[in-house]
Amino acid sequence: MGYIFDLRGVLSGQYFDWFLIGLAVTIALTCAAWCLAMTMGIILTLIRMIPFRPFEWFVALYVEYHRNVPLLVQIFVWYFGVPSLLPRPARQWINGHHGEFLLATIALGLAAAAYVAEDIRSGIRSIPKAQNEAARSIGFGYLGAMGYVVLPQAIRIAVPPLINQTLLLFKNTSLAMAIGVGELTYRTREVESYTFKTFEAFAVATAIYLAISFGIMACGAYAGRRLKLENA
Amino acid sequence: MLEILQNNWLLFLVGQYPHGPIGGLAMTLFMALTALALCFPFAICLALARLSPYRWLRLSATAIVHTVRGLPLIMFIFWTYFFSPLIIGRAVGGVETLIIALVVYEAAYLSEIIRAGIQGLPKGQFEAASALGLGYWTTTWKIVLPQALHNMLPSMVSQFVSTIKETSLGYVISAHEMTFAASQVNNVLLTQPFEVYAILALTYFVLCFALTSLARYIERRISAGRVAVATPAVAVAV
Repeated sequence: MGYIFDLRGVLSGQYFDWFLIGLAVTIALTCAAWCLAMTMGIILTLIRMIPFRPFEWFVALYVEYHRNVPLLVQIFVWYFGVPSLLPRPARQWINGHHGEFLLATIALGLAAAAYVAEDIRSGIRSIPKAQNEAARSIGFGYLGAMGYVVLPQAIRIAVPPLINQTLLLFKNTSLAMAIGVGELTYRTREVESYTFKTFEAFAVATAIYLAISFGIMACGAYAGRRLKLENA
Repeated sequence: MLEILQNNWLLFLVGQYPHGPIGGLAMTLFMALTALALCFPFAICLALARLSPYRWLRLSATAIVHTVRGLPLIMFIFWTYFFSPLIIGRAVGGVETLIIALVVYEAAYLSEIIRAGIQGLPKGQFEAASALGLGYWTTTWKIVLPQALHNMLPSMVSQFVSTIKETSLGYVISAHEMTFAASQVNNVLLTQPFEVYAILALTYFVLCFALTSLARYIERRISAGRVAVATPAVAVAV
């Protein structure tokens, strides 16, 4: 129909900058949420190790909530819901300081933490009990056995699934567009509505997403291969 | 919170139905079921292609699966949103758009589950089938798929849960489903966003948690069945 595919329109001047800004926000969001997810995931794992039933229930409930509620809804709860419960000064501070980025980070990070906690736990579970018993019998305390014997092996097993979680987290940052975070998908829609070059705008965004995703997948495959070789 | 539920439960359940398009939970379930059912044949083809002896078929199926896995669902939804009208030649509604996007997206993920199910079958099954003189299609249709699909039942239920959760993205393109209904309620009430979205989250939670528990139950039953069958052989081997 005479449509000419021409990337120059969307890759020149300010539109190119918009893509770059969007990409920067996407990466910042991924990194911030990733740090939160890892920290919270480790904390949840530690809480679960305490042999006290209510703590275990709390972690189980945390994990089930974040796995069974759509991420978009979790983002809405944080963005629309939580600020309305806060006192007025806190709300004003959030509104004045790019609250949408902060709240999206919290929502994405806490949701990913549930999966991280599960991955670390299955890593620990896959270490034979004898490892722990052997460490204890040669004089390690609980923390020593965990820190020097069990966890180094468990984390090695957990690395490939954790890299996969990173990929999911990276893709999920696109949901933050729904609350107006200016990340890559949001900027793409802006470029599209300014230039009417729908196909080109989304082709650029798709290429960027794919390039980064394939990078993360390659890391995962490399880690999986290396860790397997060393274990064998 | 109860008051909100009392006044708006119908909107959450079926959207504006008698006076407008059907939406709410009913539409969420309808879209998830339709998408899963429609993507099933594609997923089986993709899985068979990834295990095919032909290199070009294997490589192209692998490329498709990796491309889909590398993109956010929202990108698919936008591609479908802008381009399915061009391809089909008429305006396409939000619900249809979302179902098309979900079919493509879920087919890639489901094909990985099916592939794992097929690869998980004992080699003897394939050897026995070929010893009986069965061809590729008969083996696949009568021997491999029935067993693989049975073993995959729990993963299929989990996939249904994922699909239900993914339909919430219909909000972005104004498809009338439950998240969209909740945002409508929120726009009317304005003052109680936490309560509205808590109701929404709770509804999803109850639905998806029930299905997740069902998946775990089926998984236990299937593996219990497998152990019961395998026990005599294992006892001899040990």
